[in-house]
Amino acid sequence: MEWLESFWTTYSTLVLSIGTNVLLALSIYLTLSCGLLTVANAAFMGIGAYTAGLLTVHTGTPFLFALIFGSLLPGIVAMLIGGPTLRLSGVYLAMATLAFGEVARILILNTEDLTGGALGLNGIPQMTNVLHVAVAVTGALYVLLRLAASPIGRTLTAISQDETVTELMGSDVRAYKLFAFTLGAVLAGLAGALNAHFTFFISPNEYGFERAVEILAMGVLGGTGSPWGAVLGGVLVTLLPELLRGLGHYRPLINGLILILIILYSPKGIWDLTRFVRRPAKLPALN
Amino acid sequence: MLKLSSISKRFGGLQVLQDVSLELPPRGIVGLIGPNGAGKTTVFNLITGLLAPDKGTIEFFGKPLTGMPPYRIARVGLVRTFQNGRIFRDMSVLENVLVAMAHQTAYSAANLFLPLRRFRSAERREQEIAHDLLFRMGLFEKAHRLAGELSFGDQRRVEIARALATNPKLLLLDEPAAGMNAVEKQQLMDEIVKLDENGVGIFIIEHDMRFIMGLCRHILVLNFGRVIAQGMPEEIRADPAVIEAYLGRDGESVTAGTGIVI
Repeated sequence: MEWLESFWTTYSTLVLSIGTNVLLALSIYLTLSCGLLTVANAAFMGIGAYTAGLLTVHTGTPFLFALIFGSLLPGIVAMLIGGPTLRLSGVYLAMATLAFGEVARILILNTEDLTGGALGLNGIPQMTNVLHVAVAVTGALYVLLRLAASPIGRTLTAISQDETVTELMGSDVRAYKLFAFTLGAVLAGLAGALNAHFTFFISPNEYGFERAVEILAMGVLGGTGSPWGAVLGGVLVTLLPELLRGLGHYRPLINGLILILIILYSPKGIWDLTRFVRRPAKLPALN
Repeated sequence: MLKLSSISKRFGGLQVLQDVSLELPPRGIVGLIGPNGAGKTTVFNLITGLLAPDKGTIEFFGKPLTGMPPYRIARVGLVRTFQNGRIFRDMSVLENVLVAMAHQTAYSAANLFLPLRRFRSAERREQEIAHDLLFRMGLFEKAHRLAGELSFGDQRRVEIARALATNPKLLLLDEPAAGMNAVEKQQLMDEIVKLDENGVGIFIIEHDMRFIMGLCRHILVLNFGRVIAQGMPEEIRADPAVIEAYLGRDGESVTAGTGIVI
């Protein structure tokens, strides 16, 4: 057991980061799986982190409730902005959600009395442990796997392939998109709330453009064919820089190169490679 | 059952449809023909709600459709296929059909988190219905193939199976026989006749005259956005306005070379 303890003291932060990043990857998987290129998830993460952090710091709200509010508020915001923005598609949707992310960041930056502004929010109690993260990731993964195997998941895939036809076959495409966007925001908010309670300190710049791109990279690298793809993407994007630590200055270079190679040789993400070993489902007998 | 009253539609400077009124009889296969650019597909786009008419109303069993979003129109029983075939290429044939059943499932989003057993049995029932449909369309063996890998004729059949999965009252087929060989066309005709016998209304756009004349009891002819003739196949064949629309005024000398049979 001694090695486990020493492993844990060295790597606990990394393990917790993997967990929250997997949640973030799952959050972007939802919108990517129906063909929506949104980059608002970093902002939703920030809203979740600040909501939960402010609640525990200023009002002493119990951790569980802080997590719940930290997930719900981004979900509500997503519902409100989803109405107008999800009418857009492609690059225009990416631009609109990017702009929303900046608005959220600048808002946090300029409400110093409440959020601490550029100095960040300090002294968030460290309450997140590996069990919390494990429960959150398992729960989210379970929900998304069930969704993926259900008519809802199939409809989301169909929307990504031809949204007009999906609508003409009787599915309310706008409602499905809003659902994916909102649930994604809830997961991102949960990741933010969990993350804030083990980093002790959060600042608006953690939830800016760079984070948005990182989340997108996890989703795209992992692949949008299955929630498992998002899990792989989240783990890989978190672990890779750590594994390359020995490379010193060349680390970001090699890290980027590996990501480019993966996308070049498996454009639909890593999960897509498993199609070579997966067997198709059996036909049920006709009666 | 379907009634269009003085529908007009303009795209910029082009008047695509001008005061089009038509009514489909409650039973029987109805054909919509006309030269290229006559506005046939626009009629389908207006009926299914993809486009809104500039003027006029569309009613289905006495209920106005104008202003309804396309998914609601599909749910009242009006579903179409596409001229160039629009299937979900990266999904299996079975999944293509299941997507069209999604809005009629007995279990809602909340049921997803209930016991796995109920979820699975609901899912299995859906698959049985879908397999039944695929069997009827001769696609049973190909249920798990990717739809994009199938032959063109099979893809058109997937489209029809998918449309049928929504449980339509009226099926709009936009050039279903395009790109099919003679054998496939004959199979398709048989299938359409069977659908009609099962009580599904059929409204077809088609260029193949043998196909349309063989299937339809009632034919509407559109030219330059106006209905120029309607009636039984024999009447249409003999109608001077129709012959003129297809072949020009100097009809007889043109027919000889083109091999077009009206």
